[in-house]
Amino acid sequence: MALLDVEELSVTFARRNQRPVRAVDGVSFSVDAGEVVGLVGESGCGKSVTSLAIMGLLPKQPGLTVGGKAVFDGTDLLKIDDRSRRDIRGRDIAMIFQDPLSSLNPVVPIGIQVTEVLTRHRGMKGEAAAKEAAQLLDRVGIPDPKRRLKEYPHQLSGGMRQRALIAMAVACQPRLLIADEPTTALDVTIQAQILELLKDLVRDSGTALVMITHDLGVVAGMCDTINVLYGGRVVETARRRPLFRQPRHPYTVGLLGSVPRLDAGRGERLNPIPGSVRDLLPWPDGCAFAPRCTRRIDSCVGEPPALVVTHDSRGYRCVNPAPLPGAPGEEVREVVPGSATPGSVPAQAVPDDPPAVPGLAATPSEEDVA
Amino acid sequence: MSTGSERTTEPRDDVLVDVRDLKVHFPIKRGVLFDRTVGHVKAVDGVDLRIVRGETYGLVGESGCGKSTLGRALLQLTPPTSGEVNFDGVELTTLAPNKLRTMRRRMQMIFQDPMSSLDPRQNVESILTEGLQTHGIGGDRNARRKIIAETLDQVGLPRWALSRYPHEFSGGQRQRIGIARALVLGPELIVADEPVSALDVSIQAQVVNLLDELQDNLGLTYLVIAHDLAVVRHISDTVGVMYLGALVEEAPSDRLYTEPLHPYTRALMSAVPVPDPDVEDRRERILLAGDLPSPANPPSGCRFHTRCPWAQPTRCADERPELREIGGSRVACHWAEQIASGELRPHKVSVEVVRPVDEGEEPAVVSAPTEPGSFV
Repeated sequence: MALLDVEELSVTFARRNQRPVRAVDGVSFSVDAGEVVGLVGESGCGKSVTSLAIMGLLPKQPGLTVGGKAVFDGTDLLKIDDRSRRDIRGRDIAMIFQDPLSSLNPVVPIGIQVTEVLTRHRGMKGEAAAKEAAQLLDRVGIPDPKRRLKEYPHQLSGGMRQRALIAMAVACQPRLLIADEPTTALDVTIQAQILELLKDLVRDSGTALVMITHDLGVVAGMCDTINVLYGGRVVETARRRPLFRQPRHPYTVGLLGSVPRLDAGRGERLNPIPGSVRDLLPWPDGCAFAPRCTRRIDSCVGEPPALVVTHDSRGYRCVNPAPLPGAPGEEVREVVPGSATPGSVPAQAVPDDPPAVPGLAATPSEEDVA
Repeated sequence: MSTGSERTTEPRDDVLVDVRDLKVHFPIKRGVLFDRTVGHVKAVDGVDLRIVRGETYGLVGESGCGKSTLGRALLQLTPPTSGEVNFDGVELTTLAPNKLRTMRRRMQMIFQDPMSSLDPRQNVESILTEGLQTHGIGGDRNARRKIIAETLDQVGLPRWALSRYPHEFSGGQRQRIGIARALVLGPELIVADEPVSALDVSIQAQVVNLLDELQDNLGLTYLVIAHDLAVVRHISDTVGVMYLGALVEEAPSDRLYTEPLHPYTRALMSAVPVPDPDVEDRRERILLAGDLPSPANPPSGCRFHTRCPWAQPTRCADERPELREIGGSRVACHWAEQIASGELRPHKVSVEVVRPVDEGEEPAVVSAPTEPGSFV
């Protein structure tokens, strides 16, 4: 039984006189102890809302509907009352946010903010709490922790603030850590430091980590299992290597083709996904990615594609997935090029280089040779 | 500077921009009634660079290294403290303001955040016409409309965009408007300050390709400033790496990846995540200790020596290295050859310590590293 089981999670924001927005739509994934699971996607794909819903941090407002289940160690986090949720939050599940400056209280010294969680969950007070806080700061690599405890967030650098946040998150040895874009606000060399720190934490304490990010490079180095989100749904789930080697969903293929790689040569054209994310999510009318997809076929429109699960526990939501290399002729269907949306450069979402797919490029000459 | 004399008379290529020993210092003021200057932030401190016509020069570095200030100083948007900026034979730093204004037509800028660099109350037509009017391009309204329509085609925006306002567009389209605004004047040089960092990955690739296409079609010269090494390397012919206000390495884009010479470049390269699990698992990481030191009080000697895994007891701390040519690159490191040949090894201790060094604090002061496994 997994540590965290998210089943059919959905979050809808409704406002008066407006169409309700379904930010998260039937997201399911699970996290085992000691496992690093990635949620990847572009802005607006619902990755942050998913994490906030699991943590019960979405603003309580009329019009907010959260459906589905998020079972953590036998308890459904979506059903429990605020009191028991507060007990779990910080002790069993902790969260690290993107912007360390806005998630720390600017008028309270770091020390008090770190000891707060120790007092609340571990009943530590006074000298003992201060000592433990200093130890925590030392563990996450903040030099001279005693002096830092008295300082305010603005006196720390960005990297150190993020370390302080991580210290607070791991203060009670949580079993699950949710990191929402933990390194997006940081420089690359600092990012490398923080990622290394997170890897050490996971390795040494067996904490499970949910890593939410838009950076495929970060995911490639850290996560065991990766969920790619688009328009509020998981469009592809796979282990790390299969996902990067043989992406099946056209969106994953497109994402991988869009990222300039450090180890690629100058002048290689990128293969961007044409168009941009729509504000209104058209899942009920079919695949939300269909308007931008190069592999669109007629059955993409009408009903949302069901999750196809293959033998190696991969899953994708696509009726016409990119075929696996080595399986030519498999599911070769008519390829409809994405209609050029206004303001988009004509482009192909599927790269032509090796990770791409035989059978996709409609070149009969190639088949003759083979 | 001694390097200046060696590089003065060699019209090797068609150099469009020639920057010599450029410095931009911002005073730090204290006091209520009488502002005392208590120090200077040396945002840019002695940069030499040349941009060849028709090529792309990429400038990378972490936040606070002075790369944006350098870009602005090049266009005279921030007045340089000293140094020379020569644009196509015209010295910009001493140019009269009205002459400078006419020169601006030939050098345009693309900004990072497409929302805050576009006036929300101006529609696209008005945004694009403003520059044309200022510089008196295109006699009447129809002529201007023609120029604008051509520009819209170039950046891939539909005609109906003209009557719309910036908020009606997506992030990628807004950046296209920003690019159109720069292009409409027919500039030769475009300084792009973080042109794609506010955009999503898939949109980022569209804009990068657009910039590439425009260069091919119009023969533009770019100075691209960005923190994302992968993006910069992708679009640049030459890449300059900045650290604390100065260039530490300048190399052709491919060479920078295959043969980084400066320790900082190596560290930067190894820190950039690559979307490939096999590469990620195999590659060696050079983790730098600590944060960027304050540019108000930069370390003596080589600016990087406080964080450098290869720092030597001699020269590094007291002698500031000049950019010198090694192979096809220019490097500011005393020990570049020895590091490249493997004669000097990185010292293990300070590389492995993943902990920040305080400003001005000696690395030795930092407490001992926590042993692995001691966590929680």
